[in-house]
Amino acid sequence: MHSLDSYLFISSMLFCLGVFGVMTRRNAIAVLMGVELILNAANINFVAFSKFNGMNLDGHIFGLFVIVLAAAEAAVALAIIINIYNNLNSINVDDAAELRQ
Amino acid sequence: MAELVFWFVAAITIISAGFVVLNNQLIYSAVALLFTLFGVAGIYVFLWADFIAGIQILVYVGGILVLVIFGIMLTNKIKSVRISHKSMQQGVGGAVALWLFIFLSIALSKAPWAVSEAIEPSGTVREIGILLLTDYLLPFEIISLLLLGALIGAAVLSRGDA
Amino acid sequence: MDNMMITLPLLILFLPLVSFIILIFFGKRLPRQGDWVAVGSIVTTLLFALYLFIQMILKSDQGGYTGTNAINASFSWIDLDAFKVDLGILVDNITIIMLLIVTLVSSCTHIFSLKYMEGDIRYSRYYAYLGLFTFSMNGIVLADNLISMYMSWELVGVSSYLLIGHWFEKDSATDAGKKAFLTNRVGDIGFFIGIMLLYTAVGSFAFDPIFDSIAGGDTITGLTLTLAGLGIFMGAVGKSSQFPLHIWLPDAMEGPTPVSALMHAATMVAAGVYMSVRLFPIFTPDALLVIAYTGGITAILAALIAITQNDIKKVLAYSTVSQLGYMILAVGTGVYTAAFFHLLTHAMFKANLFYCSGSVIHSMHHALHKVHDEKTDPQDMRNMGGFKEKMPVTYWSMLISTLAIAGVPLFSGFLSKDAILAGTLAFAQHHPEHFLLPLFGFGAAAITAFYMFRLIFMTFHGKPNMKDIFKDIHESPKEMTGPIVLLGTLSFFIFYTLPYFNPISDHGWFTDLVVPQTSAVPGSMTANEIAEHAHHAHYLAMGLSIAVATIGILLAFLMYVKNVISPKKLSDRFGFLYDWSLNKFYFDENYNRFLYQPFLKLSETVSWLDWDFYDKYFINGFGRITNLLSKLSGKFDYDGIDQGLVDGLGRISGVAGENLRKIQTGRLQNYLLYVVAGILVIIIIQAF
Repeated sequence: MHSLDSYLFISSMLFCLGVFGVMTRRNAIAVLMGVELILNAANINFVAFSKFNGMNLDGHIFGLFVIVLAAAEAAVALAIIINIYNNLNSINVDDAAELRQ
Repeated sequence: MAELVFWFVAAITIISAGFVVLNNQLIYSAVALLFTLFGVAGIYVFLWADFIAGIQILVYVGGILVLVIFGIMLTNKIKSVRISHKSMQQGVGGAVALWLFIFLSIALSKAPWAVSEAIEPSGTVREIGILLLTDYLLPFEIISLLLLGALIGAAVLSRGDA
Repeated sequence: MDNMMITLPLLILFLPLVSFIILIFFGKRLPRQGDWVAVGSIVTTLLFALYLFIQMILKSDQGGYTGTNAINASFSWIDLDAFKVDLGILVDNITIIMLLIVTLVSSCTHIFSLKYMEGDIRYSRYYAYLGLFTFSMNGIVLADNLISMYMSWELVGVSSYLLIGHWFEKDSATDAGKKAFLTNRVGDIGFFIGIMLLYTAVGSFAFDPIFDSIAGGDTITGLTLTLAGLGIFMGAVGKSSQFPLHIWLPDAMEGPTPVSALMHAATMVAAGVYMSVRLFPIFTPDALLVIAYTGGITAILAALIAITQNDIKKVLAYSTVSQLGYMILAVGTGVYTAAFFHLLTHAMFKANLFYCSGSVIHSMHHALHKVHDEKTDPQDMRNMGGFKEKMPVTYWSMLISTLAIAGVPLFSGFLSKDAILAGTLAFAQHHPEHFLLPLFGFGAAAITAFYMFRLIFMTFHGKPNMKDIFKDIHESPKEMTGPIVLLGTLSFFIFYTLPYFNPISDHGWFTDLVVPQTSAVPGSMTANEIAEHAHHAHYLAMGLSIAVATIGILLAFLMYVKNVISPKKLSDRFGFLYDWSLNKFYFDENYNRFLYQPFLKLSETVSWLDWDFYDKYFINGFGRITNLLSKLSGKFDYDGIDQGLVDGLGRISGVAGENLRKIQTGRLQNYLLYVVAGILVIIIIQAF
């Protein structure tokens, strides 16, 4: 219905917002949420291109995989975060810097 | 009419996304994320990706978001602070992100995409199913392995020293 | 034969130099301090000179070694395109006679000194310097060009300085040495200017080319030639102690008496005359006039001083100056061969007079030493008297020489003086306005006779003035009396008139061999003309000279023997004249007041300029400025550069480092920001 450009525009917005979130947020979970945004933006791209290339469903498959991967990643990330929380009592990304020493 | 709805959905998505990254309260961010994800699903619908939209809602909202909220809840009890953490380097980060956005937009609008028309399919489920088990069988299997790994990993990680 | 004529003169020239070198370096270590080296070498040269002389006599029918017969050998010393100097020797009659004079008197001096300088504290050095002197004197004699003459001229001056100041413990001796050398140098300036004037006009230093060039009449004439001649004559004025540079000779008596005999009687002072004789052809009539007057004034001036002197050597010294004046007068009036003749006879009798006085002084020394009297002056004639019986050889020899110098017939001096006086008379006869010249000549002759006999009477006649030492006066040893006898004998006329026996003749081997040349200056009288005129005036001059000599001797006799006229009363009567004469006409004092002191003042002023003004302000000022500049520079370097730049760089690095360190925050999200920003930058760069 709408041109490819609008979808791309939306997805780039989302992407930038996601990058912004990753860069700025201190809370680990907030960072994770930013990452989700990024992934979603990429997904929109895939699907949009799939539609506008003669309904080539490769894009869909990819999107599917991305979702799956996002899920797996979220699971693992959250497990790590909980572990960190258990050890450090804080999920501030700055605080989890002990290894650096 | 469809136009309007589309832009409405898009607005919801983006505004919610903005909410996600800007709000100091984590729960609010999570809820905003919920809306964003819903918005994205809506966009999928507009893109005739019915299966993906469904999966999006099922997995993302139902799975990932729930996980996130669980995480939020579990990592709640910190010293005294509410679940609000201030952000950092918002200024510069915002500038860079904005700049990135501007650039991307310019690049995208200028790029000559190879576009071809398509007819609306009746449904994509069938084709996706076929593709999964023919062309993309290998990735499919590997993904399952990956999921297995993630599963085990998460289980191990969250077990602690017990 | 000709080879010998070149080798022998060269040997005569260099043997004394060899003696000098040996004695200077090894003298003290040789037995008897090496005096036999000196005496041996000089006697050898005497024998060579005698040989040459005999050769000349044997060739006298051909005119000896004159003109084309003269031997001339030269070698090229400097040979650049623009400048050529040949050095060489010229051996002709005049040279041979002169060589004989020099070697004879030098030998006598060497032998005389064996006893006179016995026990002297610098015995070998004395003989060394004598050798040096003989070498340089022979150098002047043998020179065939102005440059080597000038070089030897200077060397003779050096030897004179060294020998006069032989007893340099005495301030008066060193002062006298300096005075002699410096006065000579004043004359030599003129000499050198004259040489250079001739060279620039003629292009050569050698005599014959110069004579030829002048005779050609186009290279140097008129005023320039007169000036060149006068310049060269200045050298003679200095060396032969003419007025106004006569001041050094009396002071030179500070040297040992044999040295006085050799240098300041016979040879060195004669060098000026010799040079004038050699270079006679270049003098213009104007120059000759100046020369004549110089000689005449000197003759009479010195004679006037001599009459009041009490020191025996001073009398002789002034007498020498006066006789040299005679010789120069002769050159000026044209009879230059008469000048050379007088040089020859004067060398003999004046050296003898000095030796005799040396003998007297030596005797006085010993007598005074015996009674430990260091204060009495052994040279003062007023302390002498009546030495006739005590020192007969000395007395008779001295008497003979005095007769010679007074111009008494039968003695050598008569012949030569007569020739000179004839020349002056002839000159005045042809140029009556120059009547003063013969007046000076005859006047000086009279006065000479007077003061020389005064000397004889005061020293040898009358009563002894110091009776206590009189008994110790004795004759001198034979090394001293030998030369005295020899030279006394040579003061007789006969040796100069051979092969003729006429005591008043003006012919003899000398006049036959020493033939005057015509002057090279165009327009001068020819030599023949001059000789003719002199010949005409000969008998008149002879008569006059005998007359004046008699007057002089008579006066001295009356004053000092018979005491008819008292010297004291006369000196009181003519008080200021006596004073003037006794004090040498105050020449030294006036020179000091008007020349030396102003010059010293000038030197002091210039020195003040340099030391106190220039050094203090400029030099020290520079130093202070430099100091200040260096302080500023140091400050700039230390504070400015070191602190500012060097430390500053360090500080900048530190600050920069500290600030740059802050990039590494350790925070992941910062790095992410950098990554994104970096990607952006790359994309932008790629896009454009």
